[in-house]
Amino acid sequence: MENTAKYKTSLLLLLLGLIVCFVANISLGSVTIPFKGTLNAIFGGELANDSWRYIVWNYRIPKACTAILVGCGLALSGLLMQTLFKNPLAGPFVLGISSGASLGAALLIMGTTLFSSVFAIGLVNDVSLAIAASLGSFLVLLVVVVVSYRIKDTMALLIIGLMFGSITAAIVSVLSYFTDAEKLQQYIYWSFGSVGNLSWSQLLLLLTIIVLGVVLSILSIKSLNALLLGENYARSLGINMKRSRYKIIIATGLLAGGITAFAGPIAFIGLAVPHLTRQIFNTTDHRVLVPAVLVYGAILMLICDTIAQLPSSANVLPINAITSIVGAPVVIWLLVRKKKMIF
Amino acid sequence: MNESTKTHIALEVIDLSIGYHSNKETTVIAEGLDFQLQQGELAAIVGVNGIGKSTLLRTLGNVQSKISGTIKLDGKALKKYSPIEMASTISLVLTEPLASKNLTVMELIALGRQPYTNWIGSLSNKDKSKIQEAISMVGLQALKNKKCYELSDGQLQRVMIARALSQDTSIILLDEPTSHLDLHHKVQLMQLLKQIAHETQKTILLTSHEIEMAIQLCDKILIMNKESHDFGEPCELIQKQAFERIFPSDTVIFDAKTGSFKIKK
Repeated sequence: MENTAKYKTSLLLLLLGLIVCFVANISLGSVTIPFKGTLNAIFGGELANDSWRYIVWNYRIPKACTAILVGCGLALSGLLMQTLFKNPLAGPFVLGISSGASLGAALLIMGTTLFSSVFAIGLVNDVSLAIAASLGSFLVLLVVVVVSYRIKDTMALLIIGLMFGSITAAIVSVLSYFTDAEKLQQYIYWSFGSVGNLSWSQLLLLLTIIVLGVVLSILSIKSLNALLLGENYARSLGINMKRSRYKIIIATGLLAGGITAFAGPIAFIGLAVPHLTRQIFNTTDHRVLVPAVLVYGAILMLICDTIAQLPSSANVLPINAITSIVGAPVVIWLLVRKKKMIF
Repeated sequence: MNESTKTHIALEVIDLSIGYHSNKETTVIAEGLDFQLQQGELAAIVGVNGIGKSTLLRTLGNVQSKISGTIKLDGKALKKYSPIEMASTISLVLTEPLASKNLTVMELIALGRQPYTNWIGSLSNKDKSKIQEAISMVGLQALKNKKCYELSDGQLQRVMIARALSQDTSIILLDEPTSHLDLHHKVQLMQLLKQIAHETQKTILLTSHEIEMAIQLCDKILIMNKESHDFGEPCELIQKQAFERIFPSDTVIFDAKTGSFKIKK
């Protein structure tokens, strides 16, 4: 309560950090554009090379915006899951929701060649891929919710998430055995994750999904705070648990499912960012945490994307690998330093 | 009986059956429960393990549904209460662990104000003063900014009581608040509850295995047995020899003179 001013300053600093990361992200890339050139390209100044404007507006800015949306959404969905499932290790990746999306994508890309070669032609495009991935992730989320209703043990939930990962891996390897190399490659590229392939119109669709998810989350802030006590306590505080649960689950599904559909599976952002945010803000109050994880997630994703770009080289690393390399040590460090993970 | 004109019945239970509903069958755990609690009374529910003490408390707190009978709060049937009305009438201290032990004491107690706050949970000045009141009543000033995982069991139990107090309800239900505590802290906690009940005129009902302590400190006791239940003031119950019936007489016997149990040799 007395800390409101402190939280506001921290949040403001984070926002500044976001702007810095955003500018850094769009001024670095495979084509070397001087910093001044980038600024001129954005604000319409004189340019030494006209292709710079094209690169900045049609490649770098959409990519940076996607990275921001992906970071915001994954971090928020991680926070929602950790509170809803009372589990510090919950996140879209750990609970198998990303695996569900992968399964949907794998079945669409590779399954179509297997089952009907006639329909396969022209069936696999960005929209159908997005739909298949979203369906897959929603399906897994529903299973996780049903299981969490029947089994109160939080450990069991994580094991079920792991099992979904195994099932996905198994089905993918079966499919890849029968499918042709081209399709397999298409799937593997999708599973690397990418924030660079979205057009402005796709970006708008992703933005709509994320905004919906964020609005639902903001409306759930009070119930999320009550859930920190446990469900029975939350109910005794006058919270309509059934409605709140649905709201939170739909928000999670929209955020995690939508992002995986458009950007592929991206690991660890959802798990690590809420913990990192709690480190800075030292609070459990979702009125502070929700805006903070949004900004923090965006920053981390921008940084990972900048690294994945390998500035000044023509190579691009898979973003999923970078987030894992950055995220996994963070989780280990948190565990080792605090001895146990709490949320 | 002219006393009843002055005092006010806070909680009334009429021919209540409690238990669990499952898909096909209903399991009745206890039935024929009848008792009344006045405003400002500290009361205990005692009985052997598995007799239904917690089930009764959870039924009264609307954590689980009853099987049949009537529960009235301030003369109005429990089922007629809306969730928010309910939240401002009954507060709970349960045995289940907190979902997040990362909450600070202050944050946890502030959550007790949820029934009164706006859609996002901002605290008004009234909320803040109620929180302060609860903190000073339970004596938590020094622990205010600690995290819950840093607290001992006894401290955490006091924090949970402060949270219930900040919820500002006329009735507080506590499920085994003294378990896991040593004798000193047990007594301290029971005395605190008695003080709260008498000073703030709240009705406090708890389940306990500390029958001897309940005899000394509680205003009313409900003894749950398989066949019948006894309810009344501790000395009435001693006269009725109700405590003798709690345990099988081949293990422990009740000594009415000292109000304590003795192991049968």
